[in-house]
Amino acid sequence: MIDFPLLTLMTFLPTVGALMIIFFINGKPEDVAINSRYMALFTSLFTLAFGVFLYMRFDPSSPEFQFVEKSDWFKSLGISYHMGVDGISLFFVLLSIALTPLCILASWESIQTRVREYMVAFLLLETLMIGTFLALDTVLFYVFFEGVLIPMFLIIGIWGGKRRVYSSYKFFLYTLLGSVLMLLALLALFIQVGTTSIPDLILNPVARDMQMVLWLAFFASFAVKMPMWPVHTWLPDAHVEAPTAGSVILAGVLLKMGGYGFLRFSMPMLPEATEYFAPMVFWLSVIAIVYTSLIALVQEDIKKLIAYSSVAHMGFVTLGLFTMTTQGIEGGIFQMLSHGLISAALFLCVGVLYDRLHTREISRYGGLVNNMPRYATLFMIFMLGSVGLPGTSGFVGEFLALAGAFQVNTTVAFCAASGLVLGATYMLMLYRRVIFGSQIHDDAAQMPDLNIREFGILLPLAILVIWLGIFPTTIMNTIAPSVDKLITHYETSLEKAKTAEQDTNKKNKAAEEKQP
Amino acid sequence: MMTDFFLLPILPEIFLALVSMGLLIVGVQGGNKSTDVVCWASIVALIITIMLLLGMSWERQTILNGMFVVDEFGGFIKLLVLLGLIISISLSVHSIHQDNMARFEFPVLILLAGLGMMLMVSAHNLLMLYMALELQSLSLYVLAAFRRNSLKSAEAGAKYFILGALSSGLLLFGISLVYGFTGSIDFAVIAEALKVTGPANIGVIFGMVFILAGLAFKISAVPFHMWTPDVYQGAPTSVTALFAIVPKIAAMAMVIRLLHEPFAAISEQSGQIIIFLSFASMAVGAFAALSQDNIKRLMAYSSIGNMGYILIGVAAGSAEGIGASILYMSIYLAMTGGAFAFIMCMRRDGMPIEKISDLSGLSQTNPWLAYAMAILMFSMSGIPPLAGFFGKMMVFKAAIAANLYTLAIFGILTSVVAAYYYLRIIKVMFFDEPSEPLDRDFPFSRRAILFIAIIFLLGFTIKPNLLVTGAYQAASGLFSG
Repeated sequence: MIDFPLLTLMTFLPTVGALMIIFFINGKPEDVAINSRYMALFTSLFTLAFGVFLYMRFDPSSPEFQFVEKSDWFKSLGISYHMGVDGISLFFVLLSIALTPLCILASWESIQTRVREYMVAFLLLETLMIGTFLALDTVLFYVFFEGVLIPMFLIIGIWGGKRRVYSSYKFFLYTLLGSVLMLLALLALFIQVGTTSIPDLILNPVARDMQMVLWLAFFASFAVKMPMWPVHTWLPDAHVEAPTAGSVILAGVLLKMGGYGFLRFSMPMLPEATEYFAPMVFWLSVIAIVYTSLIALVQEDIKKLIAYSSVAHMGFVTLGLFTMTTQGIEGGIFQMLSHGLISAALFLCVGVLYDRLHTREISRYGGLVNNMPRYATLFMIFMLGSVGLPGTSGFVGEFLALAGAFQVNTTVAFCAASGLVLGATYMLMLYRRVIFGSQIHDDAAQMPDLNIREFGILLPLAILVIWLGIFPTTIMNTIAPSVDKLITHYETSLEKAKTAEQDTNKKNKAAEEKQP
Repeated sequence: MMTDFFLLPILPEIFLALVSMGLLIVGVQGGNKSTDVVCWASIVALIITIMLLLGMSWERQTILNGMFVVDEFGGFIKLLVLLGLIISISLSVHSIHQDNMARFEFPVLILLAGLGMMLMVSAHNLLMLYMALELQSLSLYVLAAFRRNSLKSAEAGAKYFILGALSSGLLLFGISLVYGFTGSIDFAVIAEALKVTGPANIGVIFGMVFILAGLAFKISAVPFHMWTPDVYQGAPTSVTALFAIVPKIAAMAMVIRLLHEPFAAISEQSGQIIIFLSFASMAVGAFAALSQDNIKRLMAYSSIGNMGYILIGVAAGSAEGIGASILYMSIYLAMTGGAFAFIMCMRRDGMPIEKISDLSGLSQTNPWLAYAMAILMFSMSGIPPLAGFFGKMMVFKAAIAANLYTLAIFGILTSVVAAYYYLRIIKVMFFDEPSEPLDRDFPFSRRAILFIAIIFLLGFTIKPNLLVTGAYQAASGLFSG
């Protein structure tokens, strides 16, 4: 293949950029701001180039980990620096890499204070996000997964809105509480199996009782990150107070870490517990879909509305993943990717309005179609994508997830499908109130249409949303081998466990018969 | 019995003792003008002691008729102690002038305390342990009250002395019980005697409990922690830095050695005490710190909490657990040293400030300082990729391996609570509106220590092997002997 450590380079390139900004950019404050912006943009574009290169060299027919790198880290403990990419993680990495330059562009004008620190935080965040999806060692994974909290805490707390302090604390402590339980589970797995390598852990499942406990510990972390009802309450606060780009990364990438965690840890490593707890996850997902959709209906704050819609959409993801059917899992992954694009775009759209009028209240807008036609068009594409209109990427994910759910549990699928109707209701209402209607407010009527920078940020997202809606196979073909491997592994381990159980039962019975 | 008079293994201690007496003479001759010379000379002496220590063999051997033991565990801990002493003396060089307490006894007392700690780490006999501990404690009592004209400092000294004397009494009482029931004060003989009787020897168990209580006072483990916040707050900051780092490490090493050498046969009984101390310390360290506004008091509770985490590793009892504790102590040394270097930089118009709210907006007035402190605080709250996380991870791993699930879960939950108050410092520095800037004339030593601490915390993640291997080898040295 290739003889240089592509994944390491890709992961740490943003860190190098951040260090350059810290140490080499000096001078007058205005120059520092401009140079930091360009430096961050170029670094993230270089990283994107690496990402494209990775995509081209990736062999989509293989279900195995590719570009694997392994070297000693904690030698005496057997913890290694182990990176690799497969069909499942590839697109999450690409999503992180693609959204970062857009975020930096989106903050070009709206962030005017402490620009240098902002750009450094975003580049470090990019390193940590890429690392989370590439790590093949549990400790390494945890380091990246949890490290994300540091830059995100600072981004929300320094550049956020009015209640930024409260929200940043809530975000930090909520997710920390979930993750530390996962840390204990990872350590317990380490001690039980004797390795921290993810591929090895997948091949050596632990005993059934142990699986149950560990599954709950993992669930605590991933459910918070996802977020699932009822541990979603940090999300609306964090989204509302974060600066636009912070919300984009939060919705676009950080939420996906939860789903990715389920795919990488809970499902392959703890198959029996996954089977046991799947019905609970179904019902939590259904509650999330219906309940948060109803809450979204009454929101007066645009960002909050989209935040609640995120929880609902993530409900479809967990629903799909835990069906353990090909359609369900592929649908779940696709829905995550599509939500990564659509919600990111929606938050960027809100950011466009916020930059102009500095309010997120729905009632302060109206009739924008008259003065902002380009904006209205793009916003419509994303809104329809969020609703799940056929032809957009949102449809494919939701449809597959529901198709998977239908095979497993019709009641759940029926209830979840009602969320589609509610989703259409609140998104269309939002669109009607912001874009159509009469222009009550003069200042809203005076707002200029998208400038070239904003148009350039939103257009690629719009193209991707429609492209993936029409040609979902672009992604599906690459995901499919890895998903098939996951499902085969899941089913064989369940069978093995069942035969083992039957054997012990037989032995017990035989032993009982011998001793009347 | 033939007199055993082979002194080579004790050379670093002898050197330190001679140097501190020599420096005392220099000080008496030169008066308070010679303070700076004595300070720098003692740093040089400590560096030479480190070299002597590194140069000698760490093979396990006992000398002086079993009074004194040399092994890898002791060697590693002594290294940490000496580094801690260097940190605290170099932090003091400037501040003793700023605080009007530039007297030549100051560095000499620190050296004597250090000597006591080194002897304590190597003690292989209960009386040796007691004498070393008293040499250390008496020097520290004087240091706590070193700012004679400050009411708070005098109060801190008095409090520390009275409670310290009480704990010494407990320790001595415990020693006499152990002596009475086993007939010896030598660690090896006690261990042999206990192997025969086991836990049936109630008198020894009582004695062990008293000894542990006395030492728990020195490591400020709950419920023997009451002096800590007051002494930390009242003592001059350079002395607080010393208190927070070095005596804790030495006393913890003593606890570990006692549990694994003389009292190895009653580990089940001692384990219960350690687990309780660990639980209580973590809880108090996390919850009591929530409402503190004085940064030195906050550090006091933080150190109580950290002792709780180190005790988790001790409670696990395995070589892995002890190794994790030693690793945690090394990282704790760097974090606390850095944090106190920061606290000593907190001066406005020449006067020290101690309130957390005084730091508001520091990230805009003194950005480098603020970022350094943020890294220290994130590390203390155990967020990867900083070194503090790995320390915590290792002790929790050891606890799970020893089936101490409750302790591990409780510990990890209190670490989340503790994260709240570490975050509060970051919040004040980064999210609040800036107030007046701090004085900018930071002396070189503080900057250097802060810088080295940050490099260590970040660099450990990239190259952890040297330290991890060293710590785990030190621990296994304790188990082979």
